[in-house]
Amino acid sequence: MSPDRLATLSDQLVLAAILLYLAAMIGYALELAFGRVTETVKERRLATVGGPSDDLPDPEPTPEPASWAPKAGLIGTAAMWLGWVANVSATLTRGLAVGRWPWGNMYEFVVAMLLAAVTVFLLLQLRYPVRFLGAFVGVVAAIGLGFAVRVLYTQAGPVVPALDSYWVAIHVTAAVAASGLFIVGAAAAGLFLVRKEGPSRLPSRADLERLAHRVIVIAFPVWTFAVISGALWADKAWGRYWGWDPKEVWAFITWVAYAAYLHARATAGWKGKAAMIVSLIAFACLMFNLVGVNIFIGGLHSYADVK
Amino acid sequence: MTLTDEEKTTGNGGPAGLGVVGWLRWGWRVLTSMRTALILLFLLALASVPGSLYPQRGVDPGAVARYFQNDPTKAEWLDRFSLFDVFTSPWFAAIYLLLFLSLIGCVLPRTMVHLKEMRRTPPPAPRNLSRLPHHADIEGDLASAEAYLRSKRWRVVTGDGWVSAEKGHLRETGNLLFHVALLVLLVAVGVGGLFGYRGNVLVVEGDGFANTVAAYDRYLPGSQVSPEDLQPFSFTLKDFQASYVGPGHEKQGQPLDYFAKLAVQDSPSSPEREFTLRVNEPLEADGALTYLIGHGYAPTFRITGGDGKVAFEGAVPCLVNDTSNYESECVIKVPDAAPDQLAFLGRFLPSTAPSGTEWLSVFPAAVNPTVQIWPFKGDLGLDAGTPQSVYDLSGHQNLKPLGQMTASPKPMAVGDAVDLPDGAGKIEFTGVKEWITLQTTYDPGRFPALLASGAAILGLLLSLLIHRRRVWVRVRDGGVTVGGLTRTEGGDFGEEFAELTKALEHHARAEVKDVS
Repeated sequence: MSPDRLATLSDQLVLAAILLYLAAMIGYALELAFGRVTETVKERRLATVGGPSDDLPDPEPTPEPASWAPKAGLIGTAAMWLGWVANVSATLTRGLAVGRWPWGNMYEFVVAMLLAAVTVFLLLQLRYPVRFLGAFVGVVAAIGLGFAVRVLYTQAGPVVPALDSYWVAIHVTAAVAASGLFIVGAAAAGLFLVRKEGPSRLPSRADLERLAHRVIVIAFPVWTFAVISGALWADKAWGRYWGWDPKEVWAFITWVAYAAYLHARATAGWKGKAAMIVSLIAFACLMFNLVGVNIFIGGLHSYADVK
Repeated sequence: MTLTDEEKTTGNGGPAGLGVVGWLRWGWRVLTSMRTALILLFLLALASVPGSLYPQRGVDPGAVARYFQNDPTKAEWLDRFSLFDVFTSPWFAAIYLLLFLSLIGCVLPRTMVHLKEMRRTPPPAPRNLSRLPHHADIEGDLASAEAYLRSKRWRVVTGDGWVSAEKGHLRETGNLLFHVALLVLLVAVGVGGLFGYRGNVLVVEGDGFANTVAAYDRYLPGSQVSPEDLQPFSFTLKDFQASYVGPGHEKQGQPLDYFAKLAVQDSPSSPEREFTLRVNEPLEADGALTYLIGHGYAPTFRITGGDGKVAFEGAVPCLVNDTSNYESECVIKVPDAAPDQLAFLGRFLPSTAPSGTEWLSVFPAAVNPTVQIWPFKGDLGLDAGTPQSVYDLSGHQNLKPLGQMTASPKPMAVGDAVDLPDGAGKIEFTGVKEWITLQTTYDPGRFPALLASGAAILGLLLSLLIHRRRVWVRVRDGGVTVGGLTRTEGGDFGEEFAELTKALEHHARAEVKDVS
């Protein structure tokens, strides 16, 4: 296939992914709205170590769940997998069309980052009972891709010589993976804040907190690696490994904020809600580094290519 | 992580009636408490924010100068609070030094505790293992369980009717390694700042460069660097080439690749070698790295004065106005022209095209290069001794325009010559060369910083992914009871425990078979 046709196919696949993620979101949302209330979640806990939720009073009787609700969830999962396939293919065909790693500008980065987030969710739900996250990851992925297509879209093409380096494969891939993980962590943290104590269709707050922590604990070293490999690349390309370029400043702020979350979680008086809020502030820094720095501040990392 | 009595003391707002030593001890406790570390982390993040919002001298000194020009009063106030030098400001240093002090105060005692822990044997088994969060009754015996646990590198002690095993000390080792690595990183950055240097220079094709302080256009040494410390390498810029995305594409004019061909001598006595300098491929000479930062055009001119003598012949580097088409601006000062000194403003257009009554450049490559020239004559004032920019004619009150000044004079092509009005002389546009800007850096802290970063990642992975856990085995009728416990949150100990009990059982059976 010619590069132009591949590029067009990639654009169409992104649109397909948006629709499929929306379908997944609806399926998951139906299951969440009409499914069973999670007193039973205790048996399906992520970890078997005792948590505060063990001390909760017995939940009050709840309405009978709709019999079709689990089916809606399954359809959601199927749509999510299909969307994932479309998303992977979109990134792949884009890469083939331009003959380089397909995360060379902001549009491509966002498409890849959401792919990473969906991948994290799909892998998690294979092992743990986290289908409840599906609706939220699905809506984030659909809106994010829509934003990428409407606002960030850049025609397939070559990148500037500074980006034409194998470091893209190392540094940007790590940033994509870490961002994907942080998105899932932030979804769990957000649900933690939304959920009240007592019976709910969401898992217990302790479970949500644990899930967020678990994902962030994996994401944090990956993000650290992304920052360090960025420093290595900067050393090759710009003549210094650290120069307080705005993107570097905000990567540093994000790193410090997530480090603060990890410390907060281990500090008396900060465990639970406060630590979750810190993790969301850190996530806001990550998002500002992606959107705010690229569009409003600029600097040496001016590769967004957004007009 | 924090000691609980610290929380108590910090909560009380300090002890009353304790002498100087008491207050110092209290201060140290407060400083090294986790809560203080947390607040300092927040402050560090917050303090970095203005560094991305205001232009920074270390990153873009030109932008700072523009800020001062546009709003002097505000700029002065910002400068008073070091907001143009956030990352070298006293208040930023205060935060990170306090943070690192707090870190040392936390890491030192924890290292002591950890060393003691590493030597300690696992505690004896609790009486009732079935009360533990993880427990199972399995077939087997103590001897085989002990042998199996030892083979899997658990620390094992045995007692009367029980085996106790522990694993995962690497978690705390990793945690300490990570924090120590951060300290080393800070020191490495400091060493780089003191013993390293940075210099920028512009070199035109055909010209050479020798690594001396005088050769740089801008030179920023660390406080411990003397001019003799500069690595004695030199090179000649033989050729520079750039290629761009061709017409018809959305990204027309975007650079695809550029490189500079250099003839390098690592020291005055060493043989010459060829090197191709690219964006991501710096030149290394004796630990100093030279980077290709930017490029542009340097048209060459031959200028004759009113007396008929050639007063200037050579290349004039032009500053790029617009990187999408490399339209550039040049200033030529000819102090040797007689009887009047001459000066020219030039506008270089690499790919010239007419646009109404104007001329503009439509592509960055030198496809159809021309120069528009505005001539002046008078006194350049170079003898006055005040430093002047070679890229600027403003501030020369004693220069008079020659002839009629038009907005867009007819461009000269290569080979064209123009006689100046009033018999002031002649200018010939003889050719086009290219220039590159280079940055040379020497940073002895680079490798220590890299090692520290590697150690930090390793420590981080160990401290986040490994969990400290204990397993006990006690005899019961017809088999053993196994109990397990993690001392740290998270992880999948449930799964590991299930696998472990399965393996213990399997191992015991296999041993029985061997015996029979």
